[in-house]
Amino acid sequence: MLSYALRRLAATIPVMGVVALFVFSLLYLSPGDPAAVIAGDIATEDDIARIRARLGLDQSYFVRFGTWLWALAHGDLGTSIFTGLPVTTLIGQRVEPTLALTLCTLIVAVALAVPLGVVAAARAGSWIDRVVMAISVLGFSVPVFVLAYGLVLVFAVGLEWLPVQGYSSITKGLWPFVQHMILPSAALGITYMALIARITRASMLDVLAQDYVRTAHAKGLAPSAVLTRHALKNAAVPIVTIIGIGIALLIGGVVVTETVFAIPGIGRLTVDAILRRDYPIIQGVTLLFSAVYVLVNLLVDLSYTLFDPRIRY
Amino acid sequence: MTSVAIAAPPAGASAAPTMLGWIAGTLRRHPTAIAGGVVLLLMVAIAILAPWLGTSDPLAIAPTRRLKPPSAQFWFGTDMLGRDVYSRVIYGSRVSLTVGIAVAVIATTVGLAIGLVTGFVRWVDAVVMRVMDGLMSIPPVLLAIALIALTRASLGNVVFAIALSEVPRVVRLVRSLVLTLREQPYVEAAIASGTRLPMILVRHILPNTTAPLLVQATYICASAMITEAILSFIGAGTPPNIPSWGNIMAEARSLIQIAGTLLLFPGLFLSLTVLSVNLLGDGMRDALDPRLARRM
Repeated sequence: MLSYALRRLAATIPVMGVVALFVFSLLYLSPGDPAAVIAGDIATEDDIARIRARLGLDQSYFVRFGTWLWALAHGDLGTSIFTGLPVTTLIGQRVEPTLALTLCTLIVAVALAVPLGVVAAARAGSWIDRVVMAISVLGFSVPVFVLAYGLVLVFAVGLEWLPVQGYSSITKGLWPFVQHMILPSAALGITYMALIARITRASMLDVLAQDYVRTAHAKGLAPSAVLTRHALKNAAVPIVTIIGIGIALLIGGVVVTETVFAIPGIGRLTVDAILRRDYPIIQGVTLLFSAVYVLVNLLVDLSYTLFDPRIRY
Repeated sequence: MTSVAIAAPPAGASAAPTMLGWIAGTLRRHPTAIAGGVVLLLMVAIAILAPWLGTSDPLAIAPTRRLKPPSAQFWFGTDMLGRDVYSRVIYGSRVSLTVGIAVAVIATTVGLAIGLVTGFVRWVDAVVMRVMDGLMSIPPVLLAIALIALTRASLGNVVFAIALSEVPRVVRLVRSLVLTLREQPYVEAAIASGTRLPMILVRHILPNTTAPLLVQATYICASAMITEAILSFIGAGTPPNIPSWGNIMAEARSLIQIAGTLLLFPGLFLSLTVLSVNLLGDGMRDALDPRLARRM
């Protein structure tokens, strides 16, 4: 198991290498001369050339890639053009709301989608199944921000039950935190839920057709026990896989959701950076989110043994 | 067991082996797919006929009639610059459909070409698949944001950025198909009789990839339309001088408390169009792969 884990970890290195190369190339190709920006308006050609040399900007592509990687290995993601602060600091300040939003959404979506998928499969063809499938198709089709504004118009502007936008840290009390989380989480989570419910249903239908499920029923086991202990456990691998892959959806959605609800998170940081052409921030965020995605899916891979003891590494 | 056994003999297949019969059978068995197709055709018609659908210039600014509610003259009202929202939404369909279709065509063509080669040439496979894995681990929206932030926002750049994130998924699909197909006896026979590789690819492999690719292309089209709208919404997509559903909503963002209809109509059109493409895709998948159909 440990050796497998290490081998899988090693296999992520070329993947992250490609990501790093892509992200660095963007920085390399980005228009504008950082040296000229740093030197200011009254600098001479000589001043700019000196700064270029000091920053290593006159080196070749590969030398610069090496320097950049070396800095990255030391936790240096570069400096924001607009604010002059290190990108790691800027991201660090914004981590909490984004983490809170994604975790809330993840937990609620999985907690709702898996049971829905199981029930839909157990009652395949019934009205429950149809409703779940219809919601799932709708969930794929309504973009995050459209749903978000729909929810805001009904529950915040119309009924005035929940705040229109904003964020309240959990340290300032649980209830305001929950109040501010409900609409963003719902908007962000629907597509993710649709995906998980759909795969859960498909995987369960496969397992429910197996002989051992019929045997379990035949020996008089309660239907609920058959569903959870025999069927769901065997159907778990595709479900866990899609939960991992779907993280990409959440990451893309978080950028939009934070914009709609004015949540001061990493997504908001990214959107502000686009408008200001602050490339280092965009690269830092791209790198960070890709790393999170790769890491989550590595953990998903390793978790297979928990659900299926036949899988040994 | 039961559901599979009952559903196994497809009712329409034996009745009418002709193309027309097949279509008729599909119609009867997949009403939602047909509904999707009809709505999609309607949207395409709207996009093409936009200038003749009672629209005015979608860019015409008129400060005297700002933020008017929907009325007989302005069906969807006017925005904060006095532009006719109905005209903007109708013209906006052009952007969504163009991006959706262009991305689907480009991503499947490029992905098909790369996938065919990687499926057959070992050393290319090793290199290309690592690159594809890398590209796939960058969340699509961020990949597009990073590319568009770098260049000027234009429709072409938006299409390129979204297509780049979709290509790896197509390559994966084609590669897995090719790896199965190349073990088939008829392919081995072709190799044994000395058929050259390009001929094998075109004659024997390519025709068998069309059905799954067609289904994949519809899903790509749907997700490309959503990504375009997201990009336009956060200001990294279609430039403001071309009305698109995403940037109409972006401009109305701060007005949600006073003019919700500004957000409502583009959102409704966008969702309806994506839904229609998804329904069409589901229907095509059901028709082309009956085994998978009953599970999804």
